[in-house]
Amino acid sequence: MNGGARAPAIRLVNLTLGYDRRPAVHHLDGEIAPGEGLAVCGPNGAGKSTLLKGLAGLLAPLGGAIDFGGASRRAAAYLPQVVEIDRAFPIDVRDFVAMGALARIGLWAALNGAERARVAAAIETVGLVGFESRTLETLSGGQMQRALFARLIVQDRPIVLLDEPFGAIDEATIDDLLALIARWRAEGRTVIAVLHELDIVRRAFPQTLLLARECIFWGDTRDALCQKNLVQARAMSEAFDERARECLRDEFDAKDKLHVH
Amino acid sequence: MFIEVFVTPFADYEFMRRALVGSLALALSGAPLGVFLILRRMSLAGDALSHAILPGAAVGYLVAGLSLPAMTLGGLVAGLVVALAAGAASRFTAQREDASLAAFYLVSLALGVTLVSLRGSNVDLLHVLFGSVVGLDDAALLMLVGVSTLTLILMALFYRALVMDTLDPLFLRQTSAFGEFTPFLFLALVVLNLVAGFQALGTLMAVGVMMLPAAAARLWTRDLAVALPLAAAIGALCCYGGLVFSNETSAPTGPAIILAAGVVYLVSMIFGRAGGLLRLKRPRRHLEG
Repeated sequence: MNGGARAPAIRLVNLTLGYDRRPAVHHLDGEIAPGEGLAVCGPNGAGKSTLLKGLAGLLAPLGGAIDFGGASRRAAAYLPQVVEIDRAFPIDVRDFVAMGALARIGLWAALNGAERARVAAAIETVGLVGFESRTLETLSGGQMQRALFARLIVQDRPIVLLDEPFGAIDEATIDDLLALIARWRAEGRTVIAVLHELDIVRRAFPQTLLLARECIFWGDTRDALCQKNLVQARAMSEAFDERARECLRDEFDAKDKLHVH
Repeated sequence: MFIEVFVTPFADYEFMRRALVGSLALALSGAPLGVFLILRRMSLAGDALSHAILPGAAVGYLVAGLSLPAMTLGGLVAGLVVALAAGAASRFTAQREDASLAAFYLVSLALGVTLVSLRGSNVDLLHVLFGSVVGLDDAALLMLVGVSTLTLILMALFYRALVMDTLDPLFLRQTSAFGEFTPFLFLALVVLNLVAGFQALGTLMAVGVMMLPAAAARLWTRDLAVALPLAAAIGALCCYGGLVFSNETSAPTGPAIILAAGVVYLVSMIFGRAGGLLRLKRPRRHLEG
């Protein structure tokens, strides 16, 4: 497991992400240090999942850029909020977890001894020993989430992106998964998670980005989750402004620099 | 008696041997593709695409008459255009993929029938719609066998990508450069097999030899590594049975093959060990833990 050592710093430069020209993340600037544990919080529709999709390389920016410091666009392992997995697909837990090895073994090589050991270790880490030969449809929701985490372990990427990983998960499983996240960070991996459970954020994530389409606050978790910021984030308007005009902020910023104040 | 029915027709008549080879080739590659179509919940997309091939073949027919290369090329282009257009329409417009596929293939089918009837007789139209497995010439046979070989090789090469794209497309797209390419490869293989199949069985029947053996195989096993060869074997058996039945009763061969597959599907639905009627209605006693 040497994936952690390579974690690059991630720089967001005036980043705007969205769909159909509508920004979901608007002019975001900031830097995520290697090995950081960053929680992304905010109301529904604040652009949290969109930001993760952008970081995962699944959504091209409408403006600005994400800079991985020269690392590959596929440096991140990504757990989406809604997994489009057909649970009826005939595949057992071991093979499902082994999917994580794809980036290393490619389409044609077989799993060698080291990879098989990695898969077995990942299954043990998430507590699914004994489930190896069960098909996905026989798993409960929480067990499925554990299997997804096992696949993330096998992926062994320097950056881990988690989109609301703890929905409908029991306390014991959350504790196990938080321990795993702590281990990832100890290995030097960057973990970025979208979360609604503020107590979990306070427990496990030193840094918080409070997002409401625009950045409300980005910094130390204790400062981020104060009442003033939370109220401000909640005040965001979810609906689109039907008559929204083109955003000219970049041009204004450029002009500001020319102005002599 | 047994030999007379099951062996003699193929030993005596070359056209029966050709029909057997052509339909076997079609079943061997088409049925495993059908297994993936079912897993991707695209069973009806295969049907739609088989209709979409028609106008292309019709244009080929208008340009060059009953010429295999012209009609094949036309069918291939039309099938790929509809597959890509439906995919693009659902991605770039508000229309869902199944709705846009339905729209495209309906227009396509109407266009095809109109084009054929503009020039040809009804006999030609019947030939295009229902094929003529007992009239396969060397060129048609080579194409069927070639398409079958190519399909099996590509499916083997990209098996892992096909499985992952079916199970978790987002994961494949995020982790591998093959993520964008695999769905198109799959659709291209489906169209290729349908085009090859329409020579032998006609556009309306080509999809039957793809879907019915695959649907039947799914009722016997949950294991994909078993379902794929099983579907191919069921398809091959149905082709053989259908040809024998057609020879005995002088029923048209294409429908006879599909009917044979239909019988196997019904039997599987009742007796299938993985989700068949009897197994679901009379489950075994539950376990201790």
